[in-house]
Amino acid sequence: MNLMPWLAVLRQMARRWDLPLLGCVSLLFAGGQVVLMSASPDRVDSLWVHQCLALAALLVAAQVPFRWWLRLALPLYLVGVLLLVAVLLFGETAKGATRWLNLGVARVQPSELMKLAVPLMLVWYFSLRRQSLAWWDHAVALVLLAIPAALILKQPDLGTTILVVAAGGFVLFFAGLSWRLIVPLVLALAIGVGALLVQGDRWCEPDVAWPMLHDYQKQRVCTLLDPERDPLGKGFHTIQAAIAIGSGGVWGKGWREGTQSQLSFIPERHTDFIFAVLAEEFGFFGAAVLLAAYALLLLRGAWLSARSPTWAGMLMGGAVVGTTFIYAFVNVAMVSGMLPVVGVPLPFISYGGTALVTLATGLGLLSSAAAEHAPERGFSGWRRVT
Amino acid sequence: MTDRGLDSEAVVSRTRRRLAVLVVLILAGFSGLLGRLHQLQVREHARFQTLAEDNRQAFVPIVPHRGQILDVHGEALARNVRAYTLEIDPAQVRNLDDTIERLSRIVTIEESDRKRFLRQMRDQRGLGSVAIRQHLTDEEVARFVAWKFAFPGVEVQARLFREYPQGEATAHVVGYLGRINEQDQERLEAEGLTGAYRGTDYIGKEGIELQYETLLHGTTGWERLEVNAAGRAVRRLDRREAVSGKDLVLTIDARLQRFVLDAFAGRRGAFVALDPRDGSVIAMVSSPSFDPKLFLDGLSQADWERLALSEDRPLFNRALRGTYPPGSTFKPFMATLGLTSGKRQPGQRFDRQGMFEYSGVKLYDKKSSCQSGVDLHRALTFSCNVYFYTLGNELGIDAISSFMSKLGFGQRTGIDLPNEAPGVLPSREWKRQRFKKASQQQWFGGETLSTSIGQGYNAYTPLKMAHALSILVNGGVIRKPHVLAATIDPVTGERTPVSGEVTGFVKLDPAHVDAVLRAMVDGARIGTSARAFAGAAYSVGGKTGTAQVFSLQGRKYDPSATDEDLRDHSWYIAFAPADEPRIVAAIIVENGGPGGRTAAPLMRQIFDYYFSSHEGSGEGDGR
Repeated sequence: MNLMPWLAVLRQMARRWDLPLLGCVSLLFAGGQVVLMSASPDRVDSLWVHQCLALAALLVAAQVPFRWWLRLALPLYLVGVLLLVAVLLFGETAKGATRWLNLGVARVQPSELMKLAVPLMLVWYFSLRRQSLAWWDHAVALVLLAIPAALILKQPDLGTTILVVAAGGFVLFFAGLSWRLIVPLVLALAIGVGALLVQGDRWCEPDVAWPMLHDYQKQRVCTLLDPERDPLGKGFHTIQAAIAIGSGGVWGKGWREGTQSQLSFIPERHTDFIFAVLAEEFGFFGAAVLLAAYALLLLRGAWLSARSPTWAGMLMGGAVVGTTFIYAFVNVAMVSGMLPVVGVPLPFISYGGTALVTLATGLGLLSSAAAEHAPERGFSGWRRVT
Repeated sequence: MTDRGLDSEAVVSRTRRRLAVLVVLILAGFSGLLGRLHQLQVREHARFQTLAEDNRQAFVPIVPHRGQILDVHGEALARNVRAYTLEIDPAQVRNLDDTIERLSRIVTIEESDRKRFLRQMRDQRGLGSVAIRQHLTDEEVARFVAWKFAFPGVEVQARLFREYPQGEATAHVVGYLGRINEQDQERLEAEGLTGAYRGTDYIGKEGIELQYETLLHGTTGWERLEVNAAGRAVRRLDRREAVSGKDLVLTIDARLQRFVLDAFAGRRGAFVALDPRDGSVIAMVSSPSFDPKLFLDGLSQADWERLALSEDRPLFNRALRGTYPPGSTFKPFMATLGLTSGKRQPGQRFDRQGMFEYSGVKLYDKKSSCQSGVDLHRALTFSCNVYFYTLGNELGIDAISSFMSKLGFGQRTGIDLPNEAPGVLPSREWKRQRFKKASQQQWFGGETLSTSIGQGYNAYTPLKMAHALSILVNGGVIRKPHVLAATIDPVTGERTPVSGEVTGFVKLDPAHVDAVLRAMVDGARIGTSARAFAGAAYSVGGKTGTAQVFSLQGRKYDPSATDEDLRDHSWYIAFAPADEPRIVAAIIVENGGPGGRTAAPLMRQIFDYYFSSHEGSGEGDGR
C-alpha cells in the first residue's frame, strides 16, 4: 500500500495547524491531568475522553476554511438565540437557574454555543460592512450582542454572560470602537468597583436591593468584601481557597500533599476552584508556570491573529485570544479572592467537557482564520488526492 | 489573498494596533495576578501556613431550636420533643459498614436509615456525628446501652423532634414540616440560604410552618473547630450561638377547632370564624382532616394512597382553597348593593313575587312568605329569589361585579396562610378571558340573574364568605384576616403582638348596613334558620345558602332522590352577638342539601359551644 498520498494529505492539513499553539494546549492538558489526579482521581478517565474530544474539535475546526465559518455565522447565531428563548420558555431548572434544554435525546446548554456564535456573528457582520464602516455599525453590533447576553443573564448565569459579552466586546474593540466610548466605559466600571469597596458595608445591609442584580449575586459580591459574613455558605469557599493558596508558599506542599485540597476544604476543587489545588500543591512556582503557559498561548494566538490575511480573521482571532484571557484572569482572580465567585472555569484545566470543547473549538477557529491566505489548502487538499 | 484587496490598510493596521493593546492588557493582567499570588504565597505565606497547618478549621453548624406554635390560650399546636437517636461519629469508627451491620442486630436499621445516614455524612464532610436511627424506643436504648462497649464512636443522643399535639384538629392551619428535598435545596441555594440551613433537616411545607418558616427557623450558629490532619476535631476556636426561632401564638382556639372537626363527623366541609373587630381567625377547620405527623419522615406509600387518592381529599384545605358558589349567602351583599345604588329603599314592597319571567323562561319561587308584600327585610329573612332576580336585572352585571369587587369578592383576602384561592367573581371581562370561543365569551342576561342569587359562575372560599360578612358587620372597614396573634422571643420572653391591619374601606351608609343585618337577625329568629337557632342564649344574625353543584336543566330538584355527590352544598354565614358581633363565621357542608337543614344547625352547635365556653370563663373579650 502506498502511504505517500496520505502523508501528503497530512502535510497539507498540518499547514493549517500551528505547532506552538498545539504545544501550549498539550502542555496545559498535561498539567490538567496532573492536577486532577490529585484533586479528583476518579475523574481522570473521563478527563482523557474530554481532552481527546477537545483536541479533535480543535484540529477539525482548523481544517474548515474560515470563509465557511463565516457562512455559518448567521445560522449559528439565529439557532442559538432561538434555543435561548426556548430555554427561558421551557428550560429545565436546576439550582435556581434555568440553563438547560431537554431535546429528548440530550440536555443542551445553548448559552455555551453562544460563546462562539456571538463573536462569529459580529465578525461576519463587520466583514460584510468592512468597506463602509460607520459609527452605527457598532450600534448594530451592540444590539446583536445585547440580545443573547440579556437572555443568558435572565437564566440567570452571570459567568457565561460575562464571557459572551467579553467575546462580543473584543470583536467591537478590534473592529475599531472609538476610544472615546471605551475609556468612559472602563472608567465607569472602575469607579463602580471602587465605590463598592468603599461603600460595601452599607450596601450589603440585607434590606438594600441592588438594581439589575439578583439577590444571590449581591450575596456573592458582599461575601467577597467580607467572607466572614457567611462562613457556613459562600464565604467558606473564599476563605478556604485563600488559605490553600497562601499556605502553598513558593514551592508548594507537593503533589497530593495539599492538606486543604485533600481534606475537602476546597469546594468545587475539580472544576472552578482547581487553581487553588494547583497553587497549594505546586506553590507560587507552579502558579507562575501556569500563567506563563497561558501567556505563551495567548501571545502566540495574538501573533497569529495579527498575521491573519483577512481582517475578519484578525477580528475572530483577537476575540478568541481576548476571551481565553478573560477566562484565565477571572478564574484566577476569583479563586484568589480578587473577584466575586462567578461560574467561570480555568481554561483547559478545569474538569468539564463542554467548556473544554468550546475553548478548543475557539482555538481551531483562530487557526483556521490564520491559515486563510491559501484557499487551495485545507479541505480542498482532499480533492487533489482523490 | 482575495480578501486582502477589500480590507483597507487603515482598518487593518488599527486592528493590529489594538491586538498590541490586548497583548499589553494580557501582560498587565497576569502581572496583577502574579502580584496577588505573591502577596498570598510569599509575603503572607507564614500567616496562611499557620491557618492551614495549626488551624485547619472546620465550621460546624449549631442548629437553632425551631419556634413553637401555640393557640390563643397558650396550648401547644406544634412543639419540639426530645427523642433518642443513635449517632455515629465516622472519624472514630474504623469500619463503618461493619459497625452498621453489627448495630442492625441490636436495633432495627432500615434501608432508608442507611441512605439518610450516608447522605448526611457527605453533607457534613465527615465532621461531627451523624444519626443512623431516630426515635429509638426505650427498649432499644436499653439494649444498646448494654452493648455500648462494643461500639466505640457510637452514642445515644437526645434530640428534638417536631410534634403536633392537636393532630387533625389544627392540621390545615398549622401545616407540617417535611425533610428538605431537592426542590427546597435548590430554592435555598437560589436565595443564598444554604449556609443558614446547614445542619437543618426539616423545613415548613404547609400552613403556618411554611408561611412563617423564617421566623420559626431562627438563625444557625456555628462553631469553629480546629481539625488535625486526619480531619478530627481537636479544639474549639470560637463559637457563635444559634438564635432560636420565635414562638408563634396563633389566634385560633384549639378546643374550638377540635369541637368543630368533631361536629362535622367526617362530612366534607369547612368552617371559618373571624373576629370582626381585629380580623383575627378564631377557627379554621377543613373536614375531613389528616394527621400531620405522617409528613415528618415522608409519607409511606400506603398513607400517601389513603390521603391523596381519597375521594374526600383530606389534604385539601377547603376553608382556604375550596371555592363554591355562595348560593343565597350572597344575598346580603346584593341587598347592600341594592340600597347603596339607590335602586331599592328599605320599606319598598313588591307584589306578585312568585314568578319571574326572563326572555320566555319562567323562574318560580313557591315559598309562601315570598309571594307578596316582599320588601328587602322579608326578602333576606325568607330568602326570596324573585326580589333579587328583579334587582340584579335592574343593576346589570357591571354594577354587580364592580361593587362586589370592592368587597373583595374574587380576590384573595390576604390571610397569612400560603396558597389562598382567589375564587371567581364573574364579570364581562372575566368571561371574555375565561372562554376561548367567541360565542361563549359573550355575557348573557340570564347569567346576571343566577349571579344575583349566588349561583352560576360565582365561586368563593368559606374564608372569603366570612371575611365579606365581617366587612359588612364593620360598616365597610376591610381588615386583613390573620392567624398570627403574636411572636414571642424565646430568650427574652418578649411578646410582640400582631395587630389587625386595615386594608381598605368601602363607603356604606350605616342605615343600609343596619337594615341588612337586622334582616339577617330575623332570618335566625323567624326566617330560614329559625328552627336551627330556636332558643339560643345569644342573639345571632345569619343567612342560609344552598349552592347548586349541578345544573338540573329543568328537572325538579329532589334532595332525597339525587345522588349524594350531586346534592347541593349547604351554606350558612352568621354573626353574633347581633348588637356587637365578636364572631363572624361561614360554614359549608358539601352535598349537605339546603342550608337551613344542615349548615345552620351545625353553626348553632358551634356557636353554642363557643359562647358557653367563652362567656363562662369570662374570656369573651380576652382576645
